[in-house]
Amino acid sequence: MILHPAIIALVASSVLISSLVLYAVWYGVRILHSWDLRSGSSLQLDLERRTYLISTVLAYVFGFQLVSLFLLIYTADSLSTLFTGAMCAAGTFNVNFYGYPLLVVKIVNFLLAGLWLTVNYADNRAYDYPLIRKKYAFLLFLAPYLVLETVLQVRYFLGMSPDVITSCCGSLFSVNASGVASDLAALPAVPLQYAFTASMAATVVLGIIVVVTRRGGCAFSFVAGAAFIIGIASLISFISPAIYELPTHHCPFCVLQKEYGYIGYIFYATLLGGAVTGIGVGVLGPFRSVPSLVDIIPSLQRRLAVLSVLFYTSAGLLTLITIVRSNLK
Amino acid sequence: MGNWFERQRNIIDFTLSSLVRRKGKNLALLLVYALLVFLLASVMFFTHALRREASFVLQGAPEIVVQRMSAGRHELIPARYLGMIKGIRGVSGVRGRLWGYYFDPFSGANYTLMVPEAFSHGSGDVIIGQGIARTRLVGPGDVLSFQRYDGTPAILTVREVLPSASELVSSDLIVLSENDFRRFFGMAPGLYTDIVLTVRNAKEVATVAGKVQKLLPDTRPILKSEILRTYDTIFDWRSGIIVVILSSAVLAFIIFAWDKASGLSAEERKEIGILKAIGWETSDVLLMKFWEGAAVSLTAFLAGVLLAYVHVFFTPVMLFEPVLKGWSTLYPSFKLVPFINPYQVATLFFLTVVPYTVATIVPSWRAATIDPDSVMRS
Repeated sequence: MILHPAIIALVASSVLISSLVLYAVWYGVRILHSWDLRSGSSLQLDLERRTYLISTVLAYVFGFQLVSLFLLIYTADSLSTLFTGAMCAAGTFNVNFYGYPLLVVKIVNFLLAGLWLTVNYADNRAYDYPLIRKKYAFLLFLAPYLVLETVLQVRYFLGMSPDVITSCCGSLFSVNASGVASDLAALPAVPLQYAFTASMAATVVLGIIVVVTRRGGCAFSFVAGAAFIIGIASLISFISPAIYELPTHHCPFCVLQKEYGYIGYIFYATLLGGAVTGIGVGVLGPFRSVPSLVDIIPSLQRRLAVLSVLFYTSAGLLTLITIVRSNLK
Repeated sequence: MGNWFERQRNIIDFTLSSLVRRKGKNLALLLVYALLVFLLASVMFFTHALRREASFVLQGAPEIVVQRMSAGRHELIPARYLGMIKGIRGVSGVRGRLWGYYFDPFSGANYTLMVPEAFSHGSGDVIIGQGIARTRLVGPGDVLSFQRYDGTPAILTVREVLPSASELVSSDLIVLSENDFRRFFGMAPGLYTDIVLTVRNAKEVATVAGKVQKLLPDTRPILKSEILRTYDTIFDWRSGIIVVILSSAVLAFIIFAWDKASGLSAEERKEIGILKAIGWETSDVLLMKFWEGAAVSLTAFLAGVLLAYVHVFFTPVMLFEPVLKGWSTLYPSFKLVPFINPYQVATLFFLTVVPYTVATIVPSWRAATIDPDSVMRS
């Protein structure tokens, strides 16, 4: 374990977040079990009050979740000097088994948390809590992943031991250890460029259809989800080399560094934002027929679709500008 | 959208005026909060600046240092090793270094004696660092006397005092000629303290070090990257220890914040009761509590960070200095370069604002769900 202030901050906050989520789950189970809107019992009144608490808790938790995703990547980046062969976060995540699974779980949690907040928002707009059971069932599904994230994070940081000089040997580490591979395998650039352009175009077209005709939410949401994955793959495959102006450098983490004007944050923020809002359209779709949501959901879906299209168009435009301005041809 | 902004604006307006109405209670909270941020931020800024300083200094260090080991201890290295190392492919330069330590009973400090690659003065002359000039009260032209290994006196004339810009590395330094050095310590001509190598291709450094180790099994090669890494770890570790120690302060602060947030005065309860009676919903009160927390956190955070910035970069850092910097009789006095990045701010945010927020969620919710009639009846 490395005693680094950022590691202490990350571990402590993820333990706090997990305990808050478990607290919310405890009441979630009670709500699933005893919720009855027609009843006027004191238990029901208490549960109705608790829903405010849980919504607040989870809104904060998911807000912190977003910031901590980037703090984790930044920390990994700054720790890379401590490991032989690690040049940036890519190498640091590779120092033990838990690094990459942690990153993936963190991104998935971010997306799921965003979707939960979307459902929660729709539910709170209606007068009779129509989605309350579904929302808490979703929370029960989400909670284990948040706990898993904490466990992975603790194990990841506990398993780190930096390659420093000891009294018995100097460079022995550097010579004998094979070193941490910093390169990520990249997919072929040209097919991905087509896929990226197609997914961006499809998102925009389907988004306009959703906004105008109020139909096709499910297809739009599927395309928006696919566009996220294709976007990340493209970032590794051809956008990063264009930013670095180096055809062999595919690192998805170096783009977050100061040398490249922190441009990576805009890429990740637009892609993550586009994915959450886009998938949110599809998640809300099945609830359109709920009587108390009939007026609420279609307008919410339209707003989400507009947001998603805006996010993805920004990502697409940014990519275009990056590639056109890059000296790598 | 305009409606939404208007609503937030009104609630913020109300929150701020209600915060000001309870000045005493909120000022106490702000003060403690800002103090905590100040302490943690000081530690982080100071460590970071020291790390940067160390890495700047080491930028000019040789890529590989080869030391001879005997019985697990650093030994003098024979000159014939130079030729053997020079034969390794990829090595572009080899040089034997002469340096050592001298304990000066007058000042109670250790000096570092070093022979440079080319010494511009003659035998009997020395160049000294600012620290030595300060403690021994000497300047160019003055004479310094030391005791050689065999007890005979060595009288050396100071020719130059090194500029203060390099004080971090040269405070306790005495630069002298090879001849004087060997007579001073009684070191035979064929021996050096250690050997430094330069390697043409940076990617081959580790391979060259491996070859040196194979060729000369009684030596240990030390890479520049390893020294840098070790420094980084030491500074991280030192600041981590302090953060862990300060975590008890964070805990105390959480309890304090929890207590402040849950101990609503009769007046506050009445206020919330009236608000709800005139039509505020639970979610509006929660929103008000959110803005209250945001206002307190933002003020305390900014004040704490600003104070820490001034403390670390513009005043002699009084707190934590001995622990973070390390200690020595002849410690250099140097100015740190002001530096702050979003990463440090984010870490501080997670160490202070997140615990504060977590501590106040439940009390805020309790306040927001007060029954108006029960409050007004009591």
